[in-house]
Amino acid sequence: MTHLLPLVGPEGWARVFNFEDYGRLLQLVQYSLLAAAVLGVVGGIVGVFVMQRDMAFAVHGISELSFAGAAAALLLGTSVVAGSLVGSVVAAVAIGLLGPRARDRNSVIGVLMPFGLGLGILFLALYDGRASSKFGLLTGQIISVDGPQLGWLIAICAVALAIVLVIWRPLLFDSLDPDVAAARGVPVRTVSLLFMVALGLVVSVAVQIVGALLVLALLVTPAAAALRVSASPVVVPVLAASFAVLAAVGGILLALGGSLPISPYVTTISFLTYLVCRVVGSVGTRT
Amino acid sequence: MSDAGDTNDTVLSVRSGRLSFGERTLWSDLDLDLRRGEFLTVLGSNGSGKSSLLKAVLGLQRLTAGSITIDGRTVTHGDRHVGYVPQQRLIPPGTPMRGRDLVALGLDGHRPGLPMLGRREARRRVTEMIEAAGATGYADRPVGRLSGGEQQRLRVAQALVGDPSVLLCDEPLLSLDLQQQRAVSALIDARRRSHGTPVVFVTHDVNPILAATDRILYFANGRHRLGTPDEVLRSDVLSELYGTPVEVARIRGRVVVLGTPDDAHCEADHGDQVHQRWAG
Repeated sequence: MTHLLPLVGPEGWARVFNFEDYGRLLQLVQYSLLAAAVLGVVGGIVGVFVMQRDMAFAVHGISELSFAGAAAALLLGTSVVAGSLVGSVVAAVAIGLLGPRARDRNSVIGVLMPFGLGLGILFLALYDGRASSKFGLLTGQIISVDGPQLGWLIAICAVALAIVLVIWRPLLFDSLDPDVAAARGVPVRTVSLLFMVALGLVVSVAVQIVGALLVLALLVTPAAAALRVSASPVVVPVLAASFAVLAAVGGILLALGGSLPISPYVTTISFLTYLVCRVVGSVGTRT
Repeated sequence: MSDAGDTNDTVLSVRSGRLSFGERTLWSDLDLDLRRGEFLTVLGSNGSGKSSLLKAVLGLQRLTAGSITIDGRTVTHGDRHVGYVPQQRLIPPGTPMRGRDLVALGLDGHRPGLPMLGRREARRRVTEMIEAAGATGYADRPVGRLSGGEQQRLRVAQALVGDPSVLLCDEPLLSLDLQQQRAVSALIDARRRSHGTPVVFVTHDVNPILAATDRILYFANGRHRLGTPDEVLRSDVLSELYGTPVEVARIRGRVVVLGTPDDAHCEADHGDQVHQRWAG
């Protein structure tokens, strides 16, 4: 067991928190921080609609298929960002085409998800490159994403945000009362599909940053936390975006000071935010 | 428009309407002229095509034959000259929306972009409508925390805020208690009297709106009867329509229809329909 690094005692704490050379590290990761912040803003906002449309499980399913796409790209030696993008957008649109019935949707996602995960694991097993690239896809690897790819992640987030801003009002209507929205002339199928495309885009970026298994920490937890403390259509998206930025950026900043991956920091911050919001929400009346 | 019978200006017009799904014809030879301020109640068994008629008027369901016009124009897909009130379905408690936001969607929910940016005129209309619906007291509270009746009043306000040519209601009183049923139907009735907005009201139970009803459209067995309540809600008329003996009784001002094919398991059907709505 001597090859295992201790996680208790002074040495252990140095793995979790160690802020020597922090300034130099910070410079190295400034673009990662920017990408994380942009993802936080878009992920938090998209998450509010994910909650309203009861799609948390779909987000998880999309991220597993995004992982399969990224693993395939790794094996083929092409861009991992492109691979995860293709995987998640295809999955998101497929789920969107299944229609609005949550029960049908969930069973199909339940069928697709393990298949996607299995494919991803197969591709990784066939790939004989660096092991950290393999593991990173499941649990996050933002620090190892290079400059040009970070530019792509930011651009993908920007496109997703633009889509959501354009369809915001009809999407709100469709999330609340699809029958009435259709009756009022909202092109509900188009709006739903556009939302799924935006969701697919955001998930593919989140897979790069926190890993396929932990996407929910940025796409569901912040919105769920925000909904605990407010019901305002303005405050909720703003809070959700702030919480997601806090988790993503804060997670990277803390991870820099240790030798652990960033994901546990991101998920812990996210979870603590949720706990605080639950307490605040149950104490005060919601604004 | 206090007396709808005096006016002859037609708002909604159905000509030789027929709706079939494959071999099955829900209704045919439907001719209907809905006048300004008129209150039409649509009755019939489950699956007799009541809601499909509303879908057809909304332009969401194509007729197999015939035509539907509103103010002389053929209806378009998702026609914005039509207001629509759905079945009462509880809005989840976590919904980030105030009563006011729900009503505003009836005005601009179909437009792209963010809600509530500027547009003082829109805000004024929403406030006026909320006042008219008697919902001012809870318009700024989260919709998910309002009672079913309060939510349904806001939905009526949402349907009316765009000042539609016709108001369609699909079982809007379902699962509301008696007092809430009265409040919601009074709101609909008041609007057609003050603004002349004709109403097509689909329901299982005619009693809460019997006093407001001008005419009844009754669907059964792929056929229909159209006329005043006294002309349609009669044992001989409904027996002929159903093809089996049906008894219409009036007990203490309430109309009870006995012996229809879905009478025996009425409650079960009722539950099923609610269930399907949720799933859909």
